Amino acid sequence: MKSIAELEEIRKRTLEQIGLRENNEKMRIVVGMATCGIAAGARPVMNTFLEELKKRNINNVSVTMTGCIGICRLEPIVEVIEPDGSKVTYVKMNPEKAARVVAEHIVNGRVCIDYTIGAEEKNK
Amino acid sequence: MEIYRAHVLVCTGTGCTSSQSPKIIEEFEKYLKANKLDNEVKIVKTGCFGLCAEGPIVVIYPEGAMYTMVKPEDVKEIVEEHLLKGRLVKRLLAGNKELKDSVKPIEQVEFFKKQKRVALRLCGVINPESIDEYIAFDGYKALAKVLTEMKPEEVIDEIKRSGLRGRGGGGFPTGIKWEFAARSQDTEKYVCCNADEGDPGAFMDRSILEGDPHSVLEAMTIAGYAIGASQGYVYVRAEYPIAVKRLNIAIQQAKEYGLLGKNIFGTDFSFDIELRLGAGAFVCGEETALMTSIEGHRGEPRPRPPFPAVKGLFGKPTLLNNVETYANIPTIIRNGAEWFASIGTEKSKGTKVFAMGGKINNTGLLEIPMGTTLREVIYDIGGGIPNGKKFKAAQTGGPSGGCIPASKIDTPIEYDTLVELGSMMGSGGLIIMDEDNCMVDIAKFFLEFTVDESCGKCPPCRIGTKRMLEILERITGGKGEEGDVEKLEILAKNIKASALCGLGQTAPNPVLSTLRYFRDEYEAHVRDKKCPAGVCKSMLNYIVDEQRCKCCGICARNCPVNCISGQKGVPYKIDQEKCIKCGTCLEKCPFKAIFKNA
Repeated sequence: MKSIAELEEIRKRTLEQIGLRENNEKMRIVVGMATCGIAAGARPVMNTFLEELKKRNINNVSVTMTGCIGICRLEPIVEVIEPDGSKVTYVKMNPEKAARVVAEHIVNGRVCIDYTIGAEEKNK
Repeated sequence: MEIYRAHVLVCTGTGCTSSQSPKIIEEFEKYLKANKLDNEVKIVKTGCFGLCAEGPIVVIYPEGAMYTMVKPEDVKEIVEEHLLKGRLVKRLLAGNKELKDSVKPIEQVEFFKKQKRVALRLCGVINPESIDEYIAFDGYKALAKVLTEMKPEEVIDEIKRSGLRGRGGGGFPTGIKWEFAARSQDTEKYVCCNADEGDPGAFMDRSILEGDPHSVLEAMTIAGYAIGASQGYVYVRAEYPIAVKRLNIAIQQAKEYGLLGKNIFGTDFSFDIELRLGAGAFVCGEETALMTSIEGHRGEPRPRPPFPAVKGLFGKPTLLNNVETYANIPTIIRNGAEWFASIGTEKSKGTKVFAMGGKINNTGLLEIPMGTTLREVIYDIGGGIPNGKKFKAAQTGGPSGGCIPASKIDTPIEYDTLVELGSMMGSGGLIIMDEDNCMVDIAKFFLEFTVDESCGKCPPCRIGTKRMLEILERITGGKGEEGDVEKLEILAKNIKASALCGLGQTAPNPVLSTLRYFRDEYEAHVRDKKCPAGVCKSMLNYIVDEQRCKCCGICARNCPVNCISGQKGVPYKIDQEKCIKCGTCLEKCPFKAIFKNA
């Protein structure tokens, strides 16, 4: 080790991988992964979230899974939960939609209204 | 490098390792692979979380869900439910009684709520075998700061202002110790770390070395810079195989990264650390005996002065601190002396790690701010006394310490208040006793230990403690004589005043402090030939209550020496001559018709 810059670099690099162990208040993306969700294609959706977040070097958002919330017909369901507890529920997700949610909602704070459960219910 | 969506942290401290955590890790690997999750979920081996009573412990992030008492056969369920489907396995969650529906993050588990972790900061957070993870959590930043921005005097000044005192038992101000070592002029100086933790039931230092070995290495290197030394030794017990292994890995990694060795951070400061294994003699935890042992001689203490700071290891000025003291240093440097001094009380700054055991629900490792009361430790963190028994006393400081009786339960825990009570902070062993413990027996236990461990160099310790033990054996054997208690007191005071080293000077403490608070128990043993707690076997009779006896014969069938007789219709009787007082009959009687007559 010849310089502090080197140390800092290792720190940043490793923190990217293990930052999720810090239990800070942060935005969470919760993917429904019960049998219904998995059958409807939730796994590729979740993987897309992980990849997109990594691509953009976003460390302060965690991706977790949850069980069935009862509206299986709208799976894959994804909830984006703000640190203050308010949440947006996206339904009938797919990898393309997931990528857009990251770009618009996570990065720029603009909710993708047309994917939300509210929009879906209106269209009925 | 891969980004994982979840981390499974499995405790690999000594406690959890002996309750099968390596097997649990294997099972996780197997089931993660079977469910094709091995690219998404990372398994991390960590150090001790502290809640050893509930081990093995598994914590899953990002939720921070803490699973306790996990068995290898539970792993399949955790993987399939939690990691695959995102449903918590509620029956295994810590504190699941109070749990409703959501995850309880680890910080909110009752056991952790009142704790503050400085020395144990990364135990149970990082993989102790990965220097990268230590660096990610600001590791070696303090060393970088010290080497590039601070003069040695400034480092010492920072430590002095922090108010840190030695965590190994004595409580000597650390900064002043460093200053003494820095002032000694010599061509060679040494930095030593005392990891020869020997108090029965204490495992604070082991847990730090197992969970966060780099913090100790970093601190020793900082100390080397501050006092002008270029060589360090860690004296660690050979009975700590996991700690030794991880220290070796840590030293190797630090050398590869150039954080140990020549010209650290491009400066002209060089420092190296070697391990020395102790063979498990208690006296080698005493500083002069420890250094004698490192030198390759038989571990015997020598008189002080000269103090190690003047003439220590190999006759050179030496700085010797305890593991926990070192573990505080990097955080003090990073956060500043003022931050550290803001924790704790007027005269005791910072936090203290305790290994709590005995009659307590949450046996384990805890770190509390100085000034926390014993009541909070026992009832809030420790979860109270098992089976609703009454708290009687807490023993701190192991064989060198003393007891705090129930009447002083609201005393804040700090160096000086404990000394006033006739006990001491010690290295952090904390043994909780309930109404079923006999205080004379406890004093005898600790004295047996010191008699065994006395190195034999000075007569007060070699002969005096043996005589004390003989008196105690007489008292607990029901053969105590009038005047024995007074004799004990005189002997104890003389040994304290005349023994050569810390071991002998403190050996009578358990006797003196139990005499101070529980003299009536000693007197009951001597005068009435009774043991009020019903522990000392010689003064104990097991008796059958004839009214309650249903003449079932279960006691007689279970008695290992066949000393119980009786038959249908005739209440059973115990032959007191033959009885070995094992207590089996009392345990087995379904009608509670057998009782102890103490």
